[in-house]
Amino acid sequence: MNARAPRSRIGDRRPWTFYALATLFSLFLLFLYGPMAVIYLLSFQGPDGGVTFPMVGHSVFWFEDILRPGQMANIPVSFSRSISLAVVVSLLTVVISVAAGLGFRRRFPGSGALFYLAIASLVMRSLLVGFGIGLGFQFLGWNTGLFTSALGAQLTWTLPFGLFAMFAVVNRFNRSWEEAAADLGASAWQRLVHVTLPILLPGILGVAVGALTLSYDEYARTTLTIGTKNTLPLEIYALISSATSPTLFAIGTITTAVSFAIIGVTMLAIFRMQRWRGPIGRQHG
Amino acid sequence: MTSWLQVTPLAVILIALFALPMILFLAVSFFDYDRTGIYPAFILDNYHDLVSSPSTLRVYGSSLKFAFIVWAITLFLGFNIAWFLIFHVRSGKVRAVLFLACAIPFWTSGIIRTIAWIPFLGRNGAFNQLLMALHVTTKPLEFLLFSDFAVVITYVHLFTLLMVGPVANSLAKIDPALLEAARDAGASRWQTMVSVVFPLAKTGIALGSILVFTQVMGDYFVVKQMSGGQSASIVSALSTEIAAMQYPPAAASAMVLVVFVAVMVAGLMRIVDVRRELVQ
Repeated sequence: MNARAPRSRIGDRRPWTFYALATLFSLFLLFLYGPMAVIYLLSFQGPDGGVTFPMVGHSVFWFEDILRPGQMANIPVSFSRSISLAVVVSLLTVVISVAAGLGFRRRFPGSGALFYLAIASLVMRSLLVGFGIGLGFQFLGWNTGLFTSALGAQLTWTLPFGLFAMFAVVNRFNRSWEEAAADLGASAWQRLVHVTLPILLPGILGVAVGALTLSYDEYARTTLTIGTKNTLPLEIYALISSATSPTLFAIGTITTAVSFAIIGVTMLAIFRMQRWRGPIGRQHG
Repeated sequence: MTSWLQVTPLAVILIALFALPMILFLAVSFFDYDRTGIYPAFILDNYHDLVSSPSTLRVYGSSLKFAFIVWAITLFLGFNIAWFLIFHVRSGKVRAVLFLACAIPFWTSGIIRTIAWIPFLGRNGAFNQLLMALHVTTKPLEFLLFSDFAVVITYVHLFTLLMVGPVANSLAKIDPALLEAARDAGASRWQTMVSVVFPLAKTGIALGSILVFTQVMGDYFVVKQMSGGQSASIVSALSTEIAAMQYPPAAASAMVLVVFVAVMVAGLMRIVDVRRELVQ
């Protein structure tokens, strides 16, 4: 996206549209973050406070409530389930979509069909995909589970995402670098490991983090394929109907903090790589 | 040859976990069922029941209404935001930061983002208190939460980024010199937009529209949570049937939704070559 920004001319005056759009953009950010800010704030509600304003003191009571045995007992367990599933999904997504992204650089028989299959998988309603997979497992007499059907259901969502992200990454990749390596006598494997992958690394990292967070938050595809052991979003969903306490907001605050930390670390890593490497291979996840 | 090897894992997974279940779906939608189980058959009753039920029409009508309203709003917001980011923000670093600022909420759970609106819009919510503090109203506004309004707001909050991304990607490919050329040739802002920018950005707009449209048509969580039980959605009716183990009618209803969405997507695909936009 950074590739072709209009170069500013010195002394160039901003047109009125700039101010109009800047206002719109600021309002949009306010709209994006306003309600989120409210739940972050309310998660620090005092022990006697409720799910709306006013704040009755402030405390970390509701954060502790997550770890307290009782209604929230399943939160830490489901959290670790979500994380381990997300890591597996992320690794598989990276390997498979990077390979496919490289493969799609050439047209091959069936490439169109596969492309539209990926589009269909992306836009198909999540609940229906989960329903179909769950139904399939039932017909085959298999048990649904975390690392079988739920993993598969999430891959139908993260793989198309990874593929399209890889298209954006691969588009900016100059084929002549590979050709140069080939001219110097590098084998196909050496080209991949020493030329292609290092150049694509920032983009690949973006795909990994994207898939990680998509999986970590995924609800609709997982719900019918998970079997009996819930992941975190399913647990939260179950809580919405039963619990009306700021604990839910505390979970939201923690979830957001975790996402922020992951994205922050990744961005830092990507910026580092780009600085070390100079102006080539610019892109973001 | 290498290409095939490289895409094989993707193809295998998509076929096994996406295409095959969909075919199974299609088959089950023709099955017979009663309270105790489902039986292989070829009957059209499930479809007949679905089409002849007035609630089907109502649910599709309400989902379509939401989809169009949300599509119009996200298109307006998404295009303007993308335009601002690509053509008005001059420093690449600032642009990356602003883009991330838009994208980060997208990475938090949709469930959390949906329920975040409840304390905000509620009767004693932050927004009402703000309005009253500013003396805009004297009584809290009741229509804010658990209404169609709340549903639309939540959708816009959840899905605008899906429009910003593809549109920004299209806009970034437009050479700014073209815009200057249009201006030098005497085109007004609006003329430049209509005859230069829109034709070049239509792929991104179509892609964003597909994403937003399909998300809204297939949602059931937001409608359930935010409408206060006043509106139904296609998928919420479906999940009720799934919970009741009535798989054949659920599958039939799913197939109708799939065909409906597929027709709309195919229509948009005819206008633009999405594949060329993405791969090249």
